[in-house]
Amino acid sequence: MAQGLSKRIKALQFAFLSPDEIRRMSGVKIITADTYDDDGYPIEMGLMDLHLGVIEPNLRCRTCGGRVNDCPGHFGIIELAMPVIHVGYAKEIKRLLQGTCRACGRMLPDAPPTRGEALADDSETPTPRTRESREERLCPHCHEVQQRIILDKPTTFRENGHKITPKEVRARLERIPDDDVRALGLNPRFGRPEWMVLTVLPVPPVQVRPSITLDSGERSEDDLTHKLVDVLRINQRLRENRDMGAPQLVVEDLWELLQYHVTTYFDNQTSGIPPARHRSGRPLKTLAQRLKGKDGRFRSNLSGKRVNFSARTVISPDPLLSINEVGIPVEVARALTVPLEVTPHNQEIAKELVKRGPSPPAAPGGGFQCGVNYLIREDGQRIKVMDKNSEACAELVAPGCVVERQLIDGDIVLFNRQPSLHRMSMMAHFVKILPHKTFRFNLCDCPPYNADFDGDEMNLHVLQSQEARAEAKVLMKVEEHILSPRYGGPIIGMLHDHITAAFLLTYQNPRFSRSEVTYLLSKLRFPVPPPAGTDKDGDFWTGKQLFSLTLPKDLSIEFRSNIWNRCDCPPTSCKHDSYVVVENGDLKAGTIDAKAIAFQKGAILDAIARNNGMPRARQFLDEMSRLSITAIGLKGLSTGIDDEDVPEDARHEIDDALHKARVKVNELVEQYRKGELEQMPGRSLEETLEVMVRRELGKARDTAGDIAGRYLGLENPAVILAKSGARGSMLNLTQMAGAVGQQSVRGERLLRGYFSRTLPHFSRGDLGADARGFVSSSYKHGLSPTEYFFHSMGGREGLVDTAVRTSRSGYMQRRLINALEDLKVAEDGTVRNTAGTVIEYKYGEDGIDPTRSFQGQAVPVEEILAQVLGRRVKPIVDAKGEPIAGAPPVSEEEMDLLAEAQLEEEGEEEESDEFGAPEEGPDFGGE
Amino acid sequence: MTDEKKSPRESYHDRIVGIARKEGIGLPDLLVTDLASRLAALRASSAETTKVAKSVVERFRKASVDAHESVGIVAAQSIGEPGTQMTLRTFHYAGVAEMNVTLGLPRLIELVDARRVPSTPMMTVHVEKKLKADRDAVQSIALQIEVTTIPDVASIGTVVEELKVLVSPQVALMHARGVKRADLERALNENIDTRSFRLQNGAGSGEARAFEVHLVEAGSQPVRTKKDEPAEEMPFKKLLEASEEAKGIRIKGVTGIKRALIKREKDEYVIYTEGSNLEGVLEIAGVDAARTTTNSVFEIYKVFGVEAARAALIQEASRTLSEQGLGVDIRHLMLVSDVMTNEGDIRAIGRHGISGKKTSVLARAAFEITAAHLLRAAITGEVDELKGVAENIIVGQPITLGTGAVNLVYRPTVAAKKPAEA
Repeated sequence: MAQGLSKRIKALQFAFLSPDEIRRMSGVKIITADTYDDDGYPIEMGLMDLHLGVIEPNLRCRTCGGRVNDCPGHFGIIELAMPVIHVGYAKEIKRLLQGTCRACGRMLPDAPPTRGEALADDSETPTPRTRESREERLCPHCHEVQQRIILDKPTTFRENGHKITPKEVRARLERIPDDDVRALGLNPRFGRPEWMVLTVLPVPPVQVRPSITLDSGERSEDDLTHKLVDVLRINQRLRENRDMGAPQLVVEDLWELLQYHVTTYFDNQTSGIPPARHRSGRPLKTLAQRLKGKDGRFRSNLSGKRVNFSARTVISPDPLLSINEVGIPVEVARALTVPLEVTPHNQEIAKELVKRGPSPPAAPGGGFQCGVNYLIREDGQRIKVMDKNSEACAELVAPGCVVERQLIDGDIVLFNRQPSLHRMSMMAHFVKILPHKTFRFNLCDCPPYNADFDGDEMNLHVLQSQEARAEAKVLMKVEEHILSPRYGGPIIGMLHDHITAAFLLTYQNPRFSRSEVTYLLSKLRFPVPPPAGTDKDGDFWTGKQLFSLTLPKDLSIEFRSNIWNRCDCPPTSCKHDSYVVVENGDLKAGTIDAKAIAFQKGAILDAIARNNGMPRARQFLDEMSRLSITAIGLKGLSTGIDDEDVPEDARHEIDDALHKARVKVNELVEQYRKGELEQMPGRSLEETLEVMVRRELGKARDTAGDIAGRYLGLENPAVILAKSGARGSMLNLTQMAGAVGQQSVRGERLLRGYFSRTLPHFSRGDLGADARGFVSSSYKHGLSPTEYFFHSMGGREGLVDTAVRTSRSGYMQRRLINALEDLKVAEDGTVRNTAGTVIEYKYGEDGIDPTRSFQGQAVPVEEILAQVLGRRVKPIVDAKGEPIAGAPPVSEEEMDLLAEAQLEEEGEEEESDEFGAPEEGPDFGGE
Repeated sequence: MTDEKKSPRESYHDRIVGIARKEGIGLPDLLVTDLASRLAALRASSAETTKVAKSVVERFRKASVDAHESVGIVAAQSIGEPGTQMTLRTFHYAGVAEMNVTLGLPRLIELVDARRVPSTPMMTVHVEKKLKADRDAVQSIALQIEVTTIPDVASIGTVVEELKVLVSPQVALMHARGVKRADLERALNENIDTRSFRLQNGAGSGEARAFEVHLVEAGSQPVRTKKDEPAEEMPFKKLLEASEEAKGIRIKGVTGIKRALIKREKDEYVIYTEGSNLEGVLEIAGVDAARTTTNSVFEIYKVFGVEAARAALIQEASRTLSEQGLGVDIRHLMLVSDVMTNEGDIRAIGRHGISGKKTSVLARAAFEITAAHLLRAAITGEVDELKGVAENIIVGQPITLGTGAVNLVYRPTVAAKKPAEA
């Protein structure tokens, strides 16, 4: 009945271990500090006693009789000769001692408040109330005069300068009645205060502190064992001395030493005491260190765990794969498995698979054939399937078995690249087994993973359960993540060469011959469409026509291309072909570039994903990848250093402009020297000069760029890259062709290096352009040595910036995640945390999922209007009902019809009155 | 035909709301208003209006969040991820070239940390509508806001032999700052310790007449002199201290405002200030309290309360991100701000704020200061209900968000025919 239902832990109760409980759960009392005898056998009542559990293969646990794999380990116990304080509770003990009567143990009226939530504050600022005059505190119950208690960190308590021994501390804590304990903020059901003073020390099982045998045969004990040895030794000496009646001083010294060892056993980074060290000088890793920090148990082993069924290798691109797929090397496919549960229905198939063994030969067609690595029998026994025993294993296959089958095409796997900054860093792909040794995927998947192929590696995980596979298929497939929840636009889209190719294909609508078209469509399944026309070379097809093949038939959209240079040609007949018109899946005009299909901005992509659904968007991306890659292969595009060549004249012009700027800067400097510079409000004279010089030089760089830009037209491949939005910017180009410009560190012109100059090449106090890091050469022309140096200074700042930024933003994100991780939208649409507190009454004030929003808008109003009202989207009347000049004319007849229709409907709802409402408010007409 | 002079906007509005209500969807008012005015401008017919409204409702429904969506994590990722792409430097503020304001990642971290004082406090002060186009009026308000100290309007010198500090007003500077000689005198009088100093008029005439601050003879006041120290040095030291003190004396202005600049923005003059003191500035006559703002969220909280602080957080975060050209949906920023202001005051994201207050012991232990949280949990006998994400990951259970929040139980309708297995 309960099969398939999993148990769930409902809650965890934290509590103290009482000394009695520690004794009860202990398997053995440890008294000797030794571990193993000369034969390497655990010494009885030593720290490796067999009652504590076994870690060696052929021994049995004395407590439970289990072997290595069955015995979970058992605690032992050390009876401390004298009680010691638990370091972690020193502050708490202080609070209790101070808050209770030293004689009768009752709570005092002015007990310091519970530290409770104040825990997060490391700053130990005592509340003024506790610090203030406590000269005469009397216990209201027994009238005992109270003394001031000081905690001498970490574990010594003093009262009026006299030390209170842990024994005394314990005695006092014992006197506090349960009710008062409760009032003081503790829960006596789960821990009496006196248990914070230890009388017995639990010894963790050996599994917790396994000893390692080195290659030399030497045994190396765990840090915890070392520490326990120390505790035992001192404990023994203390007991002996005490029993022998040694001088008080000796006993106290030993007692303190015991306290030290117990303290460091718990936390070896307690402030105020030197950390216990290993022989080599390395501080020991004791209990607190095991839990704490990034490599501690919590963050390293509990919040994140190591997994099986995963693989990692270098990644490389493959434009022929679907965005939903990932190419997996054969070697990896052989090592990763999917469990196949054998039922009467698939029994025969499973048998066949097992028969193949772990490395079957290629299929007749040369394709990959999956084998089987393991067979798990009904009783849970794992049998490794090998070539030798595959036949025998096949005989064992029966319903109830599980066959661990190797990957095959179409399996679903998770693919991930670190740092996993957002949910798109881990998406589900379908397996495609390919030769060679890298993971491959479509280039469109690069942006969400933030991947490139300069040696990046990625991880892959094979899902092992049906639920996981189902969830992955519905929620994690790449196509489900085309739209980013960050801004409600596509994050998966075309990039680089795809955009260049789309540009080449559509800009000014080039013609293609039959052979070219067949080549272009060779990677796609489209039939060759009817030719667009015939010219002297025979039938031809146009680029826009070919691009249109990839569009859904119901797509209609208009927008400006990326190459739009703010020309004001009429949209439909733009000379620069920069106004895109798509009507019913047909590209009528315009150039397809970054604005249309790139990630983050692609309008066409966005429209398809939203209106035609994710599978169609995936199809579009797949087809466009193939089309664009063949197109760029056909048209070709290469850029080189020669592309940034500018004619001699232009070079001179640039030099002139730069020279003029330099002169201007010198003039400014001169004015500044003479004190003639007009000070800007709220700026010092120096700052004024800097601002003006920077402005001047910035202008100069731009002029140089403009001059160079005049010679860089759309026939230049590098310009195509920049203007189409594929890669780089015009700034990059003008830096190559014109001038690099001012270098800066911390947003200012360079000034550091030598005494009042940047380099010894300049005179002291030179404030001119060249001396302060202006690079007037272009990259093409080459930088002078000083310029090169300045350029490196600017470059270095960038590198440092990046390094600092990653760690800072990483920590910010960790905090954000931690603070917000538990929030979810409840069934009623509110956002709540785990405590059930309402954080937002309606998510985002409108309950819209940003992923499904239209660039953050709840609903694409324009689009709906256009859909319903057709092309009549420009307002025809303004707010006052006056016809707008230039609006498309509406025939009188039409007007009448509209108005009539309105009246009719409105009449029945008696809203005609509202038409009479006086006009007010701002104009709300269209733009 | 309808009367062309009457506005049909409201009827469009009501019609859309009506249709939405029928469909069981509450559309945001802003959307409906926008839609209504557009439709009115387009003279949409009734049938068209219905069609549009239905379509909008349908799209709205489709775009709604699913229950159990892990909106918190999505918000955190959406804000954290672009962090890697932000700059670390402070930049000139686009409004006034003369002013530097922390932007980019440091600013975002500052907001999330809920710092009391931002690293570069700044205010945008608008003046009342009737004055906003009057440059002189705005200028005089700016002068009232800006802190003016003595060195701003006068030069301070020390005459050691006469044991006096000379404060010589500079007429040009005083004029520029709108300071009268009387103001200066008042400020000096108010701030000088009359037990040891005496104010006198010095050389010069009119506005520019200097002030002399004389050190009162040492004898009038018992001064303990150390043996090895020559007694003469003491008055000199005091004099120096006095001149230093004089440099810090404020004549007028709102505490904390180091500078106030005027900038023309469209049809009005706006004052930008370096340093921030919302409370002080709002008290100045002529300042438009409704439009004046500061980048110090904490000041807004103090003056206007949490809801205003929440809005300020959203506004500031959104400005910081968009200034960097990073599009982040406002809903994410809202959620973060709502979490920070949920308890009625501003809580930081991090161990001292929200994370430290979590109900789950394990979640807190997994974040920071692990040992302390565990120890604490034991004495108070805390119970971890395992409702959150981190806790369930730690104990190895499905988390409580998304598909983990729901259970599907299959109850076969046909009773199993097979007898129970032996």
